[in-house]
Amino acid sequence: MTAILPRTLIGTSTPEKRTRVRNRKAWLGVLAWVIALVAFAPIAWMILTSFHSETTAATNPPSLFAPWTFEGWASFFGAETGVSPLPYFINSAVTSLGSTLIVLILATPAAYALSIRPVKKWSDVMFFFLTTKMLPMVAGLLPIYLIAKQLGLLDTTTILILVYTSMNIPIAVWMMRSFLQEIPAEILEAAEIDGAGFFFKFVKIIIPLASPGLAATALICFIFSWNELLFANALTSVSAATAPVFLTSFITSRGLFLAKVCAASFAVSLPVLIAGFAAQDKLVQGLSLGSVK
Amino acid sequence: MSLVTEKPVPVTDAINPPVAQSRFHKDGPLLKRLPLLPALVFMIIVTQVPFVLTLIISFFNWNSLYPNDVYFSWFSNYVAVFVNPDLRNAMLVTVQITVVVVLVSLLLGLGIALLLDRKFWGRGAVRTLLIAPFLIVPVAAALVWKHALYNPSYGLFNGILTWIWGLFGAGSQAPQPDWISQFPLHSVELELIWQWTPFMMLILLAGLQGRPLDVIEAAKMDGASEWQIFRYLTFPHLRQYLELAALLGSIYVVQTFDSVFTLTSGSLGTANLPFTIYQQFTLGHDYGGSSASGVVVVFLSIALATFALRTVSTLLKDESK
Repeated sequence: MTAILPRTLIGTSTPEKRTRVRNRKAWLGVLAWVIALVAFAPIAWMILTSFHSETTAATNPPSLFAPWTFEGWASFFGAETGVSPLPYFINSAVTSLGSTLIVLILATPAAYALSIRPVKKWSDVMFFFLTTKMLPMVAGLLPIYLIAKQLGLLDTTTILILVYTSMNIPIAVWMMRSFLQEIPAEILEAAEIDGAGFFFKFVKIIIPLASPGLAATALICFIFSWNELLFANALTSVSAATAPVFLTSFITSRGLFLAKVCAASFAVSLPVLIAGFAAQDKLVQGLSLGSVK
Repeated sequence: MSLVTEKPVPVTDAINPPVAQSRFHKDGPLLKRLPLLPALVFMIIVTQVPFVLTLIISFFNWNSLYPNDVYFSWFSNYVAVFVNPDLRNAMLVTVQITVVVVLVSLLLGLGIALLLDRKFWGRGAVRTLLIAPFLIVPVAAALVWKHALYNPSYGLFNGILTWIWGLFGAGSQAPQPDWISQFPLHSVELELIWQWTPFMMLILLAGLQGRPLDVIEAAKMDGASEWQIFRYLTFPHLRQYLELAALLGSIYVVQTFDSVFTLTSGSLGTANLPFTIYQQFTLGHDYGGSSASGVVVVFLSIALATFALRTVSTLLKDESK
């Protein structure tokens, strides 16, 4: 317990003690695996059920080893009803990709002006962006609905793109700022000495250097837009309804439809799972608005 | 563009002779501000205009079903917010969901982060599996929990109960609770905890991996026990990450709409504020009332956000040091 003893004396431990420590470490690894498998079980169950027939999906106790079939997936693609889910996915893709693109175009220069060559009172501006993120979206639902109605934008992807852009700009500004801050100032100064203008600096130096951060920001904005339900549900009805709105048709249960529900839920989540795993290393930085690296 | 020079930065001033200054800081004040303006103006218009509109509408008696009966009604909508038992209930439910979900997922996230902080076989795979719940679209997650897990006759939970009882030859006597009807609020909370634990885990893991390892190594050399290391070294370092995770988590969980909408449709005493406002607006057509509730929610969030901002600003200060 004292620092006076020579290190070699404290550092050596008896062989039994070492095995005990190693055993406990192995046990903790097993525990981590068990927790991970339990946490993942609902997702595994969702995927498995989507490949079962409606009758084997709804058994009690569960039929784990029932033969696989694509009935649920066929039904999700509209085999019986003839209603294809594709338009919903297209709307989701248009709104998510469209808003993400606008967010990047607006937020990257803003982040530049807040980090590399900071304007006066840059921290006030940062906090303005942050407070807009902390106010509940639902408080803006009615006025945005009324404005959209007035402008004839109800049930269009345009209004959703605008809403999602405003939803994600604060996240993107904060994230991009933390990425731009990592660019060494010397590189920019060297370019300036060589007479590079703002536009050249921005396109030829900052964008390439910040591209991993830019990609992570894009993926996170994409995820948040793709997930959104409240506004999509309130502002669209038929022609601009997104994939999450499509899922709301499964809220009330009717007959045997478990395989179909699971197929639909998995299909709608797939783009987010892909984007999320692609951005895995930068996910924390994005979710914590760049404050944790 | 403009050739107006900014005040030279002291550091460069020391390095460069004054002559170089005019070339060095070519960006004038306007050019410096220009990249910021599009995003700033967009955000001011898109967030502040609706809020002002909400504030104005909240003082009117306005039901969209009676378009000819719109008049200024002073604070009557606000009185209704605080008198109406539904709304008061919604506030309590919101607080309960937020506190339970944030605390439980924070504790679980801390435990899992501590487990993941050590080397073991397949750590990367475990991490990936653990993040997955956060990457399921919230409506989809709620649907799967509602139909595939909670369903009393064919859900996985009751299926597992039947299977376990079946092992003892009593499969028909297994308890088969109707999870959502019997425990509506806990059902919503459990599903949210499942989705939010990875979020907490990720932030805390990042915090753990940023620990000063040399200090911990030194403490180990001095014979400090694992508990002592956690209590006196890891925990103080982790504190700001715990605060940040709790506050960001609260900001997101307060806004929960999808789970309540999907699992219970706001019935059985699970309607929180976002759901209630949505319902007031879509079903009740009460524009004045839902605006007043919106304003109240905004002020509640401002109280919460003030704490959050303070935490974030300390992190920002640390960074600029």
